[in-house]
Amino acid sequence: MAYTERLNGRKFDETRKIEAKVGVIPNADGSAYFKIGNTAAYAAVYGPRNLHPRFLQDPSRGILRCNYNMMPFSSSSERVRPGSSRRSKEISLVTEKALLPVLDLNEYPNSVVDVFIELPETEAGSRCAGICAASMALADAGLVMKDLVAAVSVGKVDDKLVVDLDYSEESYEEGHVADIPIAMMPNYEKITLLQMDGLISKNDLKKVLEMGKKACKDIYEIQKNALKEKYADRGKE
Amino acid sequence: MYKDLREHILKLFNSDVRLDGRKFTDYREPFTVETNAVKTAEGSARVRIGKTEVIAGVKVEVMKPYPDTPNEGSIIVGVELLPLSNQNFELGPPSIEAIELARVVDRGIRESKCLDFKKLCIQEGEKVWTLIIDICPINDAGNLFDASALAAIAALKTMKFPKYGNDKIDYKTKTDGMLELKDIPISVTVTKIGDKLIVDADSDEEKAIDARLTVASLSDGTLCALQKGGDYPLTYDDIAKMVDIGVEKAKDIRKLIT
Repeated sequence: MAYTERLNGRKFDETRKIEAKVGVIPNADGSAYFKIGNTAAYAAVYGPRNLHPRFLQDPSRGILRCNYNMMPFSSSSERVRPGSSRRSKEISLVTEKALLPVLDLNEYPNSVVDVFIELPETEAGSRCAGICAASMALADAGLVMKDLVAAVSVGKVDDKLVVDLDYSEESYEEGHVADIPIAMMPNYEKITLLQMDGLISKNDLKKVLEMGKKACKDIYEIQKNALKEKYADRGKE
Repeated sequence: MYKDLREHILKLFNSDVRLDGRKFTDYREPFTVETNAVKTAEGSARVRIGKTEVIAGVKVEVMKPYPDTPNEGSIIVGVELLPLSNQNFELGPPSIEAIELARVVDRGIRESKCLDFKKLCIQEGEKVWTLIIDICPINDAGNLFDASALAAIAALKTMKFPKYGNDKIDYKTKTDGMLELKDIPISVTVTKIGDKLIVDADSDEEKAIDARLTVASLSDGTLCALQKGGDYPLTYDDIAKMVDIGVEKAKDIRKLIT
Protein backbone atom coordinates (compact mmCIF):
# COMPACT_ATOMS: atom_id res chain seq x y z
CA MET A 1 0.00 0.00 0.00
CA ALA A 2 1.26 3.45 -0.85
CA TYR A 3 2.03 6.06 1.78
CA THR A 4 -1.13 8.16 1.87
CA GLU A 5 -1.41 9.99 5.14
CA ARG A 6 1.02 11.56 7.61
CA LEU A 7 0.63 11.54 11.37
CA ASN A 8 -1.70 14.20 12.77
CA GLY A 9 -2.99 15.01 9.27
CA ARG A 10 0.18 16.91 8.35
CA LYS A 11 0.48 17.94 4.69
CA PHE A 12 3.40 16.45 2.74
CA ASP A 13 5.13 19.82 2.45
CA GLU A 14 4.33 20.92 6.00
CA THR A 15 6.83 20.96 8.89
CA ARG A 16 5.97 19.85 12.39
CA LYS A 17 5.08 22.57 14.91
CA ILE A 18 8.01 24.92 15.54
CA GLU A 19 8.92 26.90 18.64
CA ALA A 20 11.91 29.27 18.69
CA LYS A 21 13.43 31.51 21.33
CA VAL A 22 16.71 33.35 21.82
CA GLY A 23 18.59 34.39 24.95
CA VAL A 24 17.62 31.28 26.91
CA ILE A 25 21.06 30.74 28.51
CA PRO A 26 22.13 33.89 30.40
CA ASN A 27 25.74 32.69 30.87
CA ALA A 28 26.37 32.42 27.13
CA ASP A 29 27.34 35.24 24.77
CA GLY A 30 24.47 34.13 22.58
CA SER A 31 21.91 31.34 22.91
CA ALA A 32 18.76 29.88 21.43
CA TYR A 33 16.17 27.14 21.76
CA PHE A 34 14.59 25.55 18.70
CA LYS A 35 11.90 22.90 18.89
CA ILE A 36 10.34 21.12 15.92
CA GLY A 37 7.74 18.49 16.78
CA ASN A 38 9.22 16.45 19.64
CA THR A 39 12.83 17.34 18.79
CA ALA A 40 14.29 20.14 20.89
CA ALA A 41 17.73 21.80 20.68
CA TYR A 42 19.56 24.30 22.82
CA ALA A 43 22.54 26.17 21.40
CA ALA A 44 25.01 28.34 23.29
CA VAL A 45 27.74 30.48 21.77
CA TYR A 46 30.85 31.36 23.78
CA GLY A 47 33.29 33.71 22.13
CA PRO A 48 35.08 34.95 20.23
CA ARG A 49 37.45 33.93 23.01
CA ASN A 50 41.07 32.85 23.41
CA LEU A 51 41.89 29.53 21.86
CA HIS A 52 43.96 26.99 23.76
CA PRO A 53 46.08 25.00 23.10
CA ARG A 54 47.92 27.60 21.06
CA PHE A 55 48.87 25.38 18.14
CA LEU A 56 45.19 25.36 17.15
CA GLN A 57 45.21 29.13 16.69
CA ASP A 58 45.00 30.67 13.23
CA PRO A 59 46.74 34.05 13.08
CA SER A 60 44.78 35.07 9.97
CA ARG A 61 41.25 34.53 11.28
CA GLY A 62 39.11 33.13 14.06
CA ILE A 63 37.90 29.56 13.94
CA LEU A 64 34.46 28.06 14.52
CA ARG A 65 34.11 24.99 16.71
CA CYS A 66 30.78 23.18 17.02
CA ASN A 67 29.85 20.38 19.35
CA TYR A 68 26.62 18.40 18.93
CA ASN A 69 25.53 16.30 21.89
CA MET A 70 22.46 14.30 22.82
CA MET A 71 21.57 14.37 26.51
CA PRO A 72 21.54 10.85 28.00
CA PHE A 73 17.72 10.82 28.36
CA SER A 74 16.98 12.38 24.95
CA SER A 75 16.13 9.19 23.11
CA SER A 76 12.78 7.47 23.44
CA SER A 77 14.56 4.10 23.35
CA GLU A 78 17.70 3.21 25.36
CA ARG A 79 19.71 5.75 27.31
CA VAL A 80 22.37 7.49 25.23
CA ARG A 81 25.83 6.97 26.69
CA PRO A 82 27.38 10.32 27.64
CA GLY A 83 30.39 11.56 25.72
CA SER A 84 31.08 11.80 22.03
CA SER A 85 30.42 9.05 19.53
CA ARG A 86 31.37 8.67 15.87
CA ARG A 87 27.88 9.87 14.99
CA SER A 88 28.02 12.98 17.19
CA LYS A 89 31.48 13.85 15.91
CA GLU A 90 30.36 13.68 12.30
CA ILE A 91 27.27 15.78 13.02
CA SER A 92 29.46 18.33 14.82
CA LEU A 93 31.64 18.52 11.72
CA VAL A 94 28.83 18.98 9.19
CA THR A 95 27.17 21.51 11.51
CA GLU A 96 30.38 23.53 11.51
CA LYS A 97 30.51 23.43 7.71
CA ALA A 98 26.83 24.40 7.53
CA LEU A 99 27.35 27.53 9.64
CA LEU A 100 30.78 28.71 8.52
CA PRO A 101 29.68 30.29 5.19
CA VAL A 102 27.53 32.94 6.92
CA LEU A 103 30.25 34.04 9.35
CA ASP A 104 33.09 36.49 8.89
CA LEU A 105 35.79 35.53 11.38
CA ASN A 106 38.60 37.58 9.81
CA GLU A 107 38.28 40.14 12.57
CA TYR A 108 39.15 37.59 15.27
CA PRO A 109 42.64 36.17 14.67
CA ASN A 110 43.84 33.51 17.12
CA SER A 111 40.34 33.22 18.61
CA VAL A 112 37.61 30.63 18.66
CA VAL A 113 33.84 30.84 18.52
CA ASP A 114 32.49 27.85 20.40
CA VAL A 115 28.99 26.59 19.63
CA PHE A 116 27.56 23.98 21.97
CA ILE A 117 24.42 22.21 20.81
CA GLU A 118 22.54 20.09 23.34
CA LEU A 119 19.44 18.03 22.66
CA PRO A 120 17.19 17.33 25.65
CA GLU A 121 14.63 15.35 23.61
CA THR A 122 14.80 14.00 20.07
CA GLU A 123 12.48 12.39 17.56
CA ALA A 124 14.07 12.73 14.09
CA GLY A 125 15.60 15.84 12.57
CA SER A 126 17.96 16.61 15.44
CA ARG A 127 20.95 17.86 13.39
CA CYS A 128 18.68 20.30 11.54
CA ALA A 129 17.13 21.53 14.78
CA GLY A 130 20.65 21.98 16.16
CA ILE A 131 21.74 24.02 13.15
CA CYS A 132 18.64 26.24 13.36
CA ALA A 133 19.28 26.89 17.06
CA ALA A 134 23.01 27.48 16.48
CA SER A 135 22.50 30.04 13.75
CA MET A 136 20.08 31.99 15.97
CA ALA A 137 22.54 31.80 18.86
CA LEU A 138 25.35 33.17 16.66
CA ALA A 139 23.12 36.10 15.69
CA ASP A 140 22.16 36.61 19.34
CA ALA A 141 25.88 36.75 20.19
CA GLY A 142 26.12 39.76 17.90
CA LEU A 143 28.54 38.21 15.41
CA VAL A 144 28.72 39.68 11.92
CA MET A 145 26.68 37.41 9.66
CA LYS A 146 25.76 37.44 5.99
CA ASP A 147 22.58 35.52 6.59
CA LEU A 148 20.98 33.10 9.04
CA VAL A 149 21.04 29.37 8.33
CA ALA A 150 17.75 27.46 8.24
CA ALA A 151 17.72 23.68 8.15
CA VAL A 152 15.15 20.95 7.66
CA SER A 153 15.09 17.39 6.42
CA VAL A 154 13.33 16.52 3.19
CA GLY A 155 12.97 13.18 1.49
CA LYS A 156 10.84 10.50 0.01
CA VAL A 157 8.68 8.04 1.88
CA ASP A 158 7.50 5.28 -0.43
CA ASP A 159 6.08 7.25 -3.39
CA LYS A 160 5.61 10.59 -1.62
CA LEU A 161 8.00 13.54 -1.46
CA VAL A 162 7.93 14.98 2.06
CA VAL A 163 9.31 17.79 4.19
CA ASP A 164 10.52 17.27 7.79
CA LEU A 165 10.41 13.50 8.26
CA ASP A 166 9.27 12.31 11.66
CA TYR A 167 10.38 9.09 13.36
CA SER A 168 7.62 6.95 11.82
CA GLU A 169 8.68 8.14 8.36
CA GLU A 170 12.42 7.68 8.92
CA SER A 171 11.73 4.10 9.97
CA TYR A 172 8.95 3.38 7.42
CA GLU A 173 9.27 -0.23 6.40
CA GLU A 174 6.68 -0.77 3.68
CA GLY A 175 8.64 1.07 1.00
CA HIS A 176 11.83 2.97 0.23
CA VAL A 177 12.78 5.96 2.35
CA ALA A 178 15.21 8.74 1.43
CA ASP A 179 16.20 11.08 4.24
CA ILE A 180 17.92 14.28 3.13
CA PRO A 181 18.86 16.83 5.78
CA ILE A 182 19.61 20.22 4.21
CA ALA A 183 20.64 23.63 5.49
CA MET A 184 20.24 26.79 3.49
CA MET A 185 21.22 30.46 3.53
CA PRO A 186 17.69 31.71 2.86
CA ASN A 187 18.61 35.08 1.33
CA TYR A 188 21.19 33.62 -1.04
CA GLU A 189 19.31 30.37 -1.72
CA LYS A 190 22.55 28.49 -1.21
CA ILE A 191 22.87 25.07 0.38
CA THR A 192 25.39 24.65 3.24
CA LEU A 193 24.47 21.14 4.39
CA LEU A 194 23.43 18.26 2.21
CA GLN A 195 23.42 14.63 3.23
CA MET A 196 21.31 11.71 2.15
CA ASP A 197 20.47 8.20 3.22
CA GLY A 198 18.29 6.13 0.96
CA LEU A 199 17.19 5.86 -2.65
CA ILE A 200 15.81 8.64 -4.84
CA SER A 201 15.79 9.56 -8.55
CA LYS A 202 17.59 12.66 -9.87
CA ASN A 203 14.25 14.20 -10.78
CA ASP A 204 12.74 13.63 -7.37
CA LEU A 205 15.84 15.04 -5.69
CA LYS A 206 15.43 18.29 -7.66
CA LYS A 207 11.75 18.47 -6.77
CA VAL A 208 12.24 17.76 -3.10
CA LEU A 209 15.07 20.29 -2.77
CA GLU A 210 12.63 22.89 -4.09
CA MET A 211 10.16 21.85 -1.39
CA GLY A 212 12.97 22.22 1.14
CA LYS A 213 13.72 25.73 -0.09
CA LYS A 214 10.20 26.86 0.75
CA ALA A 215 10.31 25.18 4.15
CA CYS A 216 13.68 26.79 4.98
CA LYS A 217 12.30 30.21 4.08
CA ASP A 218 9.37 29.64 6.43
CA ILE A 219 11.75 28.54 9.18
CA TYR A 220 13.89 31.63 8.50
CA GLU A 221 10.87 33.85 9.25
CA ILE A 222 10.35 32.04 12.56
CA GLN A 223 14.04 32.46 13.46
CA LYS A 224 13.97 36.15 12.56
CA ASN A 225 10.85 36.75 14.62
CA ALA A 226 12.40 35.05 17.64
CA LEU A 227 15.42 37.35 17.38
CA LYS A 228 13.23 40.43 16.99
CA GLU A 229 11.13 39.37 19.96
CA LYS A 230 14.10 39.46 22.32
CA TYR A 231 14.88 43.03 21.39
CA ALA A 232 11.21 44.05 21.46
CA ASP A 233 11.15 42.88 25.09
CA ARG A 234 14.34 44.85 25.77
CA GLY A 235 12.56 48.08 24.77
CA LYS A 236 9.82 47.54 27.33
CA GLU A 237 12.09 46.94 30.29
CA MET B 1 42.04 35.43 43.16
CA TYR B 2 38.64 36.86 43.96
CA LYS B 3 39.89 38.93 46.89
CA ASP B 4 38.09 42.13 45.89
CA LEU B 5 34.84 40.30 45.24
CA ARG B 6 35.08 38.61 48.62
CA GLU B 7 35.79 41.85 50.44
CA HIS B 8 32.85 43.48 48.73
CA ILE B 9 30.54 40.59 49.65
CA LEU B 10 31.70 40.69 53.29
CA LYS B 11 31.20 44.46 53.48
CA LEU B 12 27.61 44.06 52.30
CA PHE B 13 27.09 41.17 54.76
CA ASN B 14 27.85 43.55 57.62
CA SER B 15 24.72 45.46 56.64
CA ASP B 16 22.79 42.15 56.38
CA VAL B 17 22.53 42.33 52.59
CA ARG B 18 23.78 40.10 49.79
CA LEU B 19 25.01 41.15 46.36
CA ASP B 20 21.59 40.75 44.79
CA GLY B 21 19.71 42.20 47.76
CA ARG B 22 18.59 38.87 49.22
CA LYS B 23 18.45 37.96 52.90
CA PHE B 24 20.87 35.26 54.12
CA THR B 25 18.31 32.45 54.12
CA ASP B 26 16.41 33.38 50.96
CA TYR B 27 16.52 31.34 47.78
CA ARG B 28 16.51 33.22 44.49
CA GLU B 29 13.27 33.70 42.58
CA PRO B 30 11.77 32.30 40.47
CA PHE B 31 12.15 28.93 42.21
CA THR B 32 10.16 26.43 40.16
CA VAL B 33 9.90 22.72 39.40
CA GLU B 34 8.39 21.58 36.11
CA THR B 35 7.86 17.83 35.91
CA ASN B 36 7.63 15.79 32.68
CA ALA B 37 9.86 18.34 30.99
CA VAL B 38 11.38 15.76 28.61
CA LYS B 39 9.01 13.41 26.78
CA THR B 40 11.69 10.89 25.84
CA ALA B 41 12.62 10.12 29.46
CA GLU B 42 10.67 7.78 31.74
CA GLY B 43 10.59 10.60 34.28
CA SER B 44 11.97 14.12 34.17
CA ALA B 45 12.00 17.53 35.79
CA ARG B 46 13.31 20.99 35.08
CA VAL B 47 14.30 23.09 38.10
CA ARG B 48 14.90 26.82 37.96
CA ILE B 49 16.43 28.75 40.84
CA GLY B 50 16.89 32.32 39.70
CA LYS B 51 19.02 32.06 36.57
CA THR B 52 20.21 28.53 37.38
CA GLU B 53 18.42 25.90 35.31
CA VAL B 54 18.92 22.12 35.31
CA ILE B 55 17.13 19.20 33.68
CA ALA B 56 17.09 15.72 35.20
CA GLY B 57 15.86 12.69 33.28
CA VAL B 58 15.40 9.07 34.30
CA LYS B 59 15.95 6.21 31.87
CA VAL B 60 15.44 2.62 32.96
CA GLU B 61 17.31 -0.53 32.03
CA VAL B 62 16.98 -4.16 33.04
CA MET B 63 20.26 -5.59 34.32
CA LYS B 64 21.67 -8.51 36.25
CA PRO B 65 21.74 -7.65 39.98
CA TYR B 66 24.98 -7.31 41.91
CA PRO B 67 25.95 -10.71 43.38
CA ASP B 68 25.77 -9.43 46.99
CA THR B 69 22.20 -8.07 46.53
CA PRO B 70 20.53 -10.58 44.19
CA ASN B 71 17.01 -9.30 44.90
CA GLU B 72 17.65 -5.56 44.67
CA GLY B 73 17.59 -3.12 41.77
CA SER B 74 19.69 0.02 41.84
CA ILE B 75 20.06 3.63 40.89
CA ILE B 76 22.87 5.37 39.06
CA VAL B 77 23.27 9.16 39.13
CA GLY B 78 25.26 10.94 36.44
CA VAL B 79 25.98 14.63 36.05
CA GLU B 80 27.14 16.20 32.79
CA LEU B 81 28.62 19.63 33.44
CA LEU B 82 27.83 20.80 29.92
CA PRO B 83 30.10 23.50 28.48
CA LEU B 84 26.88 25.03 27.16
CA SER B 85 25.91 26.03 30.69
CA ASN B 86 29.09 27.71 31.93
CA GLN B 87 32.13 29.13 30.14
CA ASN B 88 34.47 27.32 32.55
CA PHE B 89 33.13 23.82 31.85
CA GLU B 90 34.98 21.75 29.28
CA LEU B 91 34.20 18.84 27.00
CA GLY B 92 35.52 15.45 27.93
CA PRO B 93 35.17 12.89 30.69
CA PRO B 94 33.40 14.00 33.90
CA SER B 95 35.46 16.45 35.94
CA ILE B 96 35.98 15.93 39.66
CA GLU B 97 33.30 18.60 40.27
CA ALA B 98 30.79 16.60 38.21
CA ILE B 99 31.66 13.40 40.05
CA GLU B 100 31.29 14.97 43.50
CA LEU B 101 27.96 16.52 42.52
CA ALA B 102 26.65 13.21 41.16
CA ARG B 103 27.72 11.31 44.26
CA VAL B 104 26.17 13.84 46.64
CA VAL B 105 22.87 13.68 44.74
CA ASP B 106 23.08 9.87 44.71
CA ARG B 107 23.65 9.63 48.46
CA GLY B 108 20.86 12.11 49.25
CA ILE B 109 18.43 9.72 47.55
CA ARG B 110 19.98 6.36 48.40
CA GLU B 111 20.59 6.96 52.09
CA SER B 112 17.14 8.43 52.66
CA LYS B 113 15.81 4.88 52.13
CA CYS B 114 12.87 6.48 50.35
CA LEU B 115 13.27 3.84 47.65
CA ASP B 116 12.80 0.16 48.32
CA PHE B 117 15.38 -1.42 46.02
CA LYS B 118 13.75 -4.84 46.58
CA LYS B 119 10.69 -3.60 44.70
CA LEU B 120 12.92 -3.10 41.65
CA CYS B 121 13.56 -6.84 41.48
CA ILE B 122 12.00 -8.64 38.51
CA GLN B 123 13.57 -12.07 38.93
CA GLU B 124 15.89 -12.80 41.84
CA GLY B 125 19.53 -13.19 40.85
CA GLU B 126 18.67 -12.57 37.19
CA LYS B 127 16.84 -9.36 36.38
CA VAL B 128 16.37 -6.10 38.21
CA TRP B 129 15.43 -2.58 37.17
CA THR B 130 18.23 -0.03 37.16
CA LEU B 131 17.15 3.59 37.25
CA ILE B 132 19.67 5.90 35.61
CA ILE B 133 19.21 9.52 36.58
CA ASP B 134 21.14 11.96 34.41
CA ILE B 135 21.42 15.61 35.34
CA CYS B 136 22.28 18.30 32.81
CA PRO B 137 22.62 21.97 33.72
CA ILE B 138 21.35 24.38 31.05
CA ASN B 139 22.61 27.49 32.84
CA ASP B 140 24.87 27.38 35.89
CA ALA B 141 24.38 30.56 37.86
CA GLY B 142 25.25 28.91 41.17
CA ASN B 143 23.96 26.24 43.55
CA LEU B 144 23.86 23.30 41.15
CA PHE B 145 23.85 21.04 44.23
CA ASP B 146 20.36 21.93 45.43
CA ALA B 147 18.92 22.34 41.93
CA SER B 148 20.27 18.94 40.83
CA ALA B 149 19.08 17.07 43.93
CA LEU B 150 15.62 18.56 43.61
CA ALA B 151 15.39 17.83 39.88
CA ALA B 152 16.50 14.23 40.50
CA ILE B 153 13.92 13.46 43.18
CA ALA B 154 11.15 15.23 41.22
CA ALA B 155 12.03 13.16 38.12
CA LEU B 156 11.92 9.92 40.17
CA LYS B 157 8.63 10.89 41.76
CA THR B 158 6.92 11.30 38.39
CA MET B 159 8.57 8.46 36.46
CA LYS B 160 6.51 5.73 34.84
CA PHE B 161 7.88 2.28 34.04
CA PRO B 162 7.74 1.17 30.41
CA LYS B 163 6.22 -2.19 29.48
CA TYR B 164 8.52 -5.16 29.97
CA GLY B 165 8.08 -8.65 28.56
CA ASN B 166 9.99 -11.39 26.75
CA ASP B 167 13.31 -9.94 27.98
CA LYS B 168 12.63 -6.66 26.20
CA ILE B 169 11.72 -3.18 27.33
CA ASP B 170 9.07 -1.56 25.18
CA TYR B 171 10.08 2.06 25.79
CA LYS B 172 7.26 3.35 23.60
CA THR B 173 4.60 1.95 25.93
CA LYS B 174 4.55 3.47 29.38
CA THR B 175 2.61 1.64 32.07
CA ASP B 176 0.85 3.17 35.07
CA GLY B 177 3.53 1.66 37.29
CA MET B 178 5.23 4.37 39.32
CA LEU B 179 7.89 4.31 41.99
CA GLU B 180 6.81 4.17 45.59
CA LEU B 181 8.67 6.90 47.44
CA LYS B 182 8.37 6.63 51.19
CA ASP B 183 9.65 10.14 51.73
CA ILE B 184 11.00 13.08 49.78
CA PRO B 185 14.61 13.83 50.74
CA ILE B 186 15.59 17.45 50.11
CA SER B 187 19.12 18.84 49.93
CA VAL B 188 19.99 22.32 51.12
CA THR B 189 23.51 23.65 50.73
CA VAL B 190 24.51 26.15 53.39
CA THR B 191 27.55 28.27 52.56
CA LYS B 192 29.91 30.00 54.94
CA ILE B 193 31.56 33.24 53.86
CA GLY B 194 33.45 35.08 56.59
CA ASP B 195 31.36 34.46 59.69
CA LYS B 196 28.02 34.47 57.88
CA LEU B 197 25.93 31.48 56.80
CA ILE B 198 23.84 31.75 53.65
CA VAL B 199 21.73 29.47 51.47
CA ASP B 200 21.55 29.25 47.68
CA ALA B 201 24.90 30.87 46.90
CA ASP B 202 24.98 32.37 43.41
CA SER B 203 28.03 32.08 41.16
CA ASP B 204 29.70 35.21 42.59
CA GLU B 205 29.22 34.01 46.15
CA GLU B 206 30.53 30.56 45.22
CA LYS B 207 33.82 32.19 44.20
CA ALA B 208 34.19 33.69 47.66
CA ILE B 209 33.25 30.77 49.93
CA ASP B 210 35.12 29.49 52.97
CA ALA B 211 33.12 26.28 53.26
CA ARG B 212 29.82 24.71 52.31
CA LEU B 213 27.71 21.98 53.84
CA THR B 214 25.07 20.11 51.85
CA VAL B 215 22.38 18.82 54.23
CA ALA B 216 19.90 16.24 52.96
CA SER B 217 16.93 15.64 55.25
CA LEU B 218 13.61 13.82 55.42
CA SER B 219 10.20 15.34 56.11
CA ASP B 220 10.46 14.60 59.87
CA GLY B 221 13.80 16.44 60.01
CA THR B 222 16.00 13.34 60.16
CA LEU B 223 19.30 13.88 58.36
CA CYS B 224 20.16 11.40 55.62
CA ALA B 225 23.34 12.70 53.98
CA LEU B 226 25.95 15.39 54.52
CA GLN B 227 28.83 16.69 52.48
CA LYS B 228 31.26 19.39 53.49
CA GLY B 229 33.12 21.25 50.80
CA GLY B 230 35.37 24.28 50.56
CA ASP B 231 38.95 24.90 51.66
CA TYR B 232 38.33 26.12 55.21
CA PRO B 233 37.17 24.30 58.35
CA LEU B 234 33.86 24.58 60.15
CA THR B 235 33.36 24.94 63.91
CA TYR B 236 31.00 22.68 65.87
CA ASP B 237 28.79 25.71 66.30
CA ASP B 238 28.78 26.38 62.52
CA ILE B 239 27.70 22.79 61.84
CA ALA B 240 24.83 22.93 64.33
CA LYS B 241 23.57 26.15 62.78
CA MET B 242 24.00 24.94 59.20
CA VAL B 243 22.09 21.74 59.90
CA ASP B 244 19.27 23.75 61.50
CA ILE B 245 19.06 26.04 58.48
CA GLY B 246 19.21 23.06 56.09
CA VAL B 247 16.35 21.17 57.73
CA GLU B 248 14.23 24.31 58.06
CA LYS B 249 14.63 25.39 54.41
CA ALA B 250 14.01 21.81 53.21
CA LYS B 251 10.46 22.02 54.57
CA ASP B 252 9.64 24.94 52.25
CA ILE B 253 11.32 23.34 49.24
CA ARG B 254 9.54 20.01 49.74
CA LYS B 255 6.23 21.83 49.17
CA LEU B 256 7.31 22.53 45.59
CA ILE B 257 7.00 18.86 44.65
CA THR B 258 4.32 17.49 46.96
